[in-house]
Amino acid sequence: MNKSLNDLAPGEGGRVASVEGGLRVRQRLHSLGFVEGATVHKLSNLAWGGPVVVEVNRVQVAIGRGMARRVSVEV
Amino acid sequence: MRNERNPSRSEAKKSRADWSRKHLELDLLLVGQPNVGKSVLFSRLTGVRAVVSNYPGTTVSYTAGRMRSGEVTYRVVDAPGTYSLEPLDEAAAVTIDLLDDAGRIINVVDAGHLERHLALTLELLEQNRPIAVALNMSDEARRNGIHVDAVALEAELGVPVVAVVARTGEGVKQLIDRCLSLPPAPRCSGDEAGHPGHHPHLRRLSQDHLLSEPKGHVHLDPDRVWQRIGRISERVQRLEHHRHGLTERLEELSVHPLWGSLLAVFVLAAAFVLTRMLGEFFITGGVGIVGEPWLTLPFGTELLFERAVRPLLTMFSGALHPGSLLHRALIGTLVDGQIDFMQSFGILTSGIFIPLGVVLPYLVSFYFVLSLLEDSGYLPRLAVFLDSFMHRLGLHGYAIIPTLLGLGCNVPGVMATRILESKLQRFVAATLISIAVPCAALQAMIVGLVGRHGVAPVLLVYGILAIVWLLISLVLRITLRQFRPELLMEIPPYRFPVPRALAAKLWIRISGFLREALPIIFVAIIAVNVLYQLRLFDRLAVLAEPVITRLWGLPPEAVVPLMVGILRKDLALGMFAPLSLTLKQLIIGSVLLAMFFPCIATFVVLFRELKVKDGLKSVGIMLLAVFGTGTVLNLVL
Repeated sequence: MNKSLNDLAPGEGGRVASVEGGLRVRQRLHSLGFVEGATVHKLSNLAWGGPVVVEVNRVQVAIGRGMARRVSVEV
Repeated sequence: MRNERNPSRSEAKKSRADWSRKHLELDLLLVGQPNVGKSVLFSRLTGVRAVVSNYPGTTVSYTAGRMRSGEVTYRVVDAPGTYSLEPLDEAAAVTIDLLDDAGRIINVVDAGHLERHLALTLELLEQNRPIAVALNMSDEARRNGIHVDAVALEAELGVPVVAVVARTGEGVKQLIDRCLSLPPAPRCSGDEAGHPGHHPHLRRLSQDHLLSEPKGHVHLDPDRVWQRIGRISERVQRLEHHRHGLTERLEELSVHPLWGSLLAVFVLAAAFVLTRMLGEFFITGGVGIVGEPWLTLPFGTELLFERAVRPLLTMFSGALHPGSLLHRALIGTLVDGQIDFMQSFGILTSGIFIPLGVVLPYLVSFYFVLSLLEDSGYLPRLAVFLDSFMHRLGLHGYAIIPTLLGLGCNVPGVMATRILESKLQRFVAATLISIAVPCAALQAMIVGLVGRHGVAPVLLVYGILAIVWLLISLVLRITLRQFRPELLMEIPPYRFPVPRALAAKLWIRISGFLREALPIIFVAIIAVNVLYQLRLFDRLAVLAEPVITRLWGLPPEAVVPLMVGILRKDLALGMFAPLSLTLKQLIIGSVLLAMFFPCIATFVVLFRELKVKDGLKSVGIMLLAVFGTGTVLNLVL
């Protein structure tokens, strides 16, 4: 089943299935390691509409919810 | 303090054009992704101290230095960290430009996160330039159970690969030898004439890169690149199962919505208390948290000035004729027949005491605490927590880093706004810093002068500035309705601050202050004396009287400190001391001084970063804010 980074529960993880969005956004996400097949693991959802924090390729990344929506993860 | 070792763009262009004519074949350029330790390696190679912190984007421009190897001196440049060679942001643009001039390249990669760093490496290889790869932080990687086979990676990439630990110097010698054995690249023809005129840096680059596609650069298909990276790392990398250590637990805890916010509050409170404790101790020798010190040691700058400096100066003052011009300039006015370090305002009295006796101790303590936060890797986590709050103000969480730097000195604060990606965010953040963020020098004086009336008035001054900061950002958010990008950043691992690196950073910042603040203070004191003699201040006071006295309720003479504030804020606030202001006037005066025109150093950097048009806008906002705040405070307090 595919879920966006936003919808993953803290502690849940999987592999990146796709990264949507314009060229620029995709490039930025790619450069931080969000590429197809990369392992991600959700760490937390910050309160008050704040960013979500995930671990991708052993690096913690904070990512705004609008962008997190574009990364879909196969759980 | 402008010594964050980031030359201005124009200086940078000039010096780069010079080199490309003379020394091109000797250049060595360090390129890599943010927070990979390029600056640490750079300091190792050149002995030049560079500001090093544990968060991405510490080096916002580039730093240049020299390295000796055998008989030859090489010019080494530390490029700002960039994720790719697509000119998406300024860091990438600067790097691409530097690449054109570089004879040889050292690509610094993080051995612990090879997959991600190889993307930039592959892009660099496309450029067909002499390049060596430094597998940095190989010790940290090993500790985390990641083993990278440098020899195998070298075979895959076809360029020298050397495992190094820049922090300790391990492998650095070998890296230099292997890199220097590569034949340097021939000079790039495009830069023969230097960079003519003032054409926009970024645009030129993007055109070069996107339209003309120099050197057969083709956009690599991202999927194929990542497939290739996957194949390479499978062959060269061995992962051991790694058990969760204490640091990892702490890393997870500090981004937890609840525990993380408690930690953030605790860290900020601790930082504040520690700064104050150390500052007080360095000045008075008193040990305590707030209020009366628990014990007072025979230590501190006050004691030093009383015991060692006063007798000398009193003798000197006696030797000079009290009414003479020299006495006025060097010693200043005597208060009750005595030298008063805060009020005399001679070059040798207040001119030395304010920067060295009051500001320096506070600055050392502030930067010590800030460096701890920077080097441990806590700041990016703070940025994550503040993100939703800052978004409501039209900024994003990362803007907290320039703001905190601004609390030390506005100059590096304004320069650090480059780490924000949109022009609008940079404008808002830089404007807010220059108006409502008091630098450590000014804060030291606020604590020193306003603090004589107790802690509450000091907190009131800080509170008013915080409200001004909030109001300006809200107004800007409403008036400048534009797209504001979201937060996207990597959070570095926690690292234990290295005492040597911390001391070096402290020294860069403190020596910058001494070099730049002292001359300006002396010039300001002389200028004030001359202007008094010419009776220019009297005329100015008459002119400014309607605003300063009627609107803001300050005495007309307050025009002098407000003007001096354009040179140095700390000295200017000291000038309020002899005016015998009421507490209300002192509070209004301190707030307005903090806001009214940034000091000259900040002013220059603000215009350089924002360019003239936005710089003028920023000044306009500042003037409106000053008028409004002064008037409201006079009515409300």
